[in-house]
Amino acid sequence: MAATESLARNVVESGRRAAERSDTSAGTQERSATFRVWRGTGSSGQFRDYQTKVSEGMVVLDAIHRIQAEDATDLAVRWNCKAGKCGSCSAEINGMPRLMCMTRLSELDLDKAVTVEPMRAFPVVKDLVTDVSSNFRAKKRIRKFTPRPPDAPDGTWRMAQSDADRVQEFRKCIECFLCQDVCHVLRDHHLHEQFVGPRLLVHAAQLEMHPLDILDRTNELKESHGIGYCNITKCCTKVCPEHITITDNAIIPLKERVVDQHYDPLGKLVRLLRGRRSAGTPPEEAQ
Amino acid sequence: MSSEVVQLTRRGFGKTMRPDAWWVQPLVVFIVLAAFLVYATWAAFQNKYYAFGNYLSPFYSPLLFSDSPHAWIHGGRPSWIPWFLPFSPALLILPFPAGFRLTCYYYRGAYYKSFWADPLNCTVGEPRHGYRGERSWPLLIQNIHRYFLYIAVIFLVILSTDAYKAMWFFDRNTGRQNFGVGLGTVILVVNVVLLGGYTLGCHSLRHLVGGYIDQLSRAPVRKKTYDCVSCLNRGHMRWAWLSLVWVALSDLFIRLCAMGIWHDVRLF
Repeated sequence: MAATESLARNVVESGRRAAERSDTSAGTQERSATFRVWRGTGSSGQFRDYQTKVSEGMVVLDAIHRIQAEDATDLAVRWNCKAGKCGSCSAEINGMPRLMCMTRLSELDLDKAVTVEPMRAFPVVKDLVTDVSSNFRAKKRIRKFTPRPPDAPDGTWRMAQSDADRVQEFRKCIECFLCQDVCHVLRDHHLHEQFVGPRLLVHAAQLEMHPLDILDRTNELKESHGIGYCNITKCCTKVCPEHITITDNAIIPLKERVVDQHYDPLGKLVRLLRGRRSAGTPPEEAQ
Repeated sequence: MSSEVVQLTRRGFGKTMRPDAWWVQPLVVFIVLAAFLVYATWAAFQNKYYAFGNYLSPFYSPLLFSDSPHAWIHGGRPSWIPWFLPFSPALLILPFPAGFRLTCYYYRGAYYKSFWADPLNCTVGEPRHGYRGERSWPLLIQNIHRYFLYIAVIFLVILSTDAYKAMWFFDRNTGRQNFGVGLGTVILVVNVVLLGGYTLGCHSLRHLVGGYIDQLSRAPVRKKTYDCVSCLNRGHMRWAWLSLVWVALSDLFIRLCAMGIWHDVRLF
């Protein structure tokens, strides 16, 4: 209990310090702004309005920290790096999934109340904190990286930079789960068990297109990962703070690999005659 | 995590916390696509005013059965078409480019939003509770996109030939074909360029030319082709809209010229 109180005190203190930091670095021009913040646990809760002083250079997370320090010391918010790299402070700001630490107040219309609510695709723990553990469970369902035997006697591999570049984009993911949040399959239809979601499809693409990986995950993508649920709204690409082209570079290429194996009899026949695997194998190796 | 942690209830149809004009995009898509659909259907059923001199409307190309000099097989309505079915040469060919666009990855996302509200826009509430996606019929059919692509590439070659033919004008005085460029030539060439940008930037083509290979560096020609298709693919949405509007404008231009309402301008 004492440990919990101490932790809560620390959170409040760090919030106050963060608010003070933004005070000193942001200059003197302050104005008042209203933040409509979701407060509650589980499915019960409501929006509450908080008025706070904001100044130039502040981001939404700064404002939330100030509210936490001055008006609502029990406000729960998850955050860590304040640099858009840890993916902790995901929330819905004015209805769109965004990182609070990367959303500048200057981008928002402060004459109206700014709404801040938790990610709706996930269960709410408290206030702005959601339980995103379903993503980690889904990740375990994707078969791990399995490289081919080493190319050299010293146990190392050789691969071209251009081949590695293709999957490098997917490695930028910070697992903020904003793409999962905006995906209507998870958000509105709650098909978390049937569909792994854009983040995990990016993960699957990263493994599936890796020049060293030898596993073929196409069947799982179709069956247990539910890639067919994606109807290409591109909302995931729109909200990605790392600007990963999720739909065009990860999901659609994976959908095409599924088509190769399950919906293209002509292609299958051609591959059979040429003796080539359906996905991944370079032409030279098919000989 | 404890069992008392439950998800927030879903929002009702059209409900969102977004303060922006999120409805503009699906509305514009709906209006443009619906307008195209209505115009293309009307034009296809007309069975007249589709050619003007050396210009042939892209809605009617390839012109399989007609009395026109552009026709592949001269003569009117073929006898094997049942009498009770309406006939127009456009009706025989338009299902293929229509199928290509209907199953296109970009258009799918666009019309699911605008015509089916699935969802209307990002984070906007949906009208239906059930959802099957593209996993089952009828949307499973979307997976045949690459077959429509093969036909679309053939159409592209045919339309390129039409654009080339649009550069040769018949001279009544000499009785010979002379090279020239009219406004219609420019329109038909631009049409081919835009359709080429759209077709050759197709996601399925990107996969087929090299996307399925994980070590593209071992196949340099494929790598180059993949890079070219990827380059076009980045602007797929733009190509899709421009080519859609332009193909309708091309038909309209030729139709108006053939009807005598408008006149072609010979540039040289």
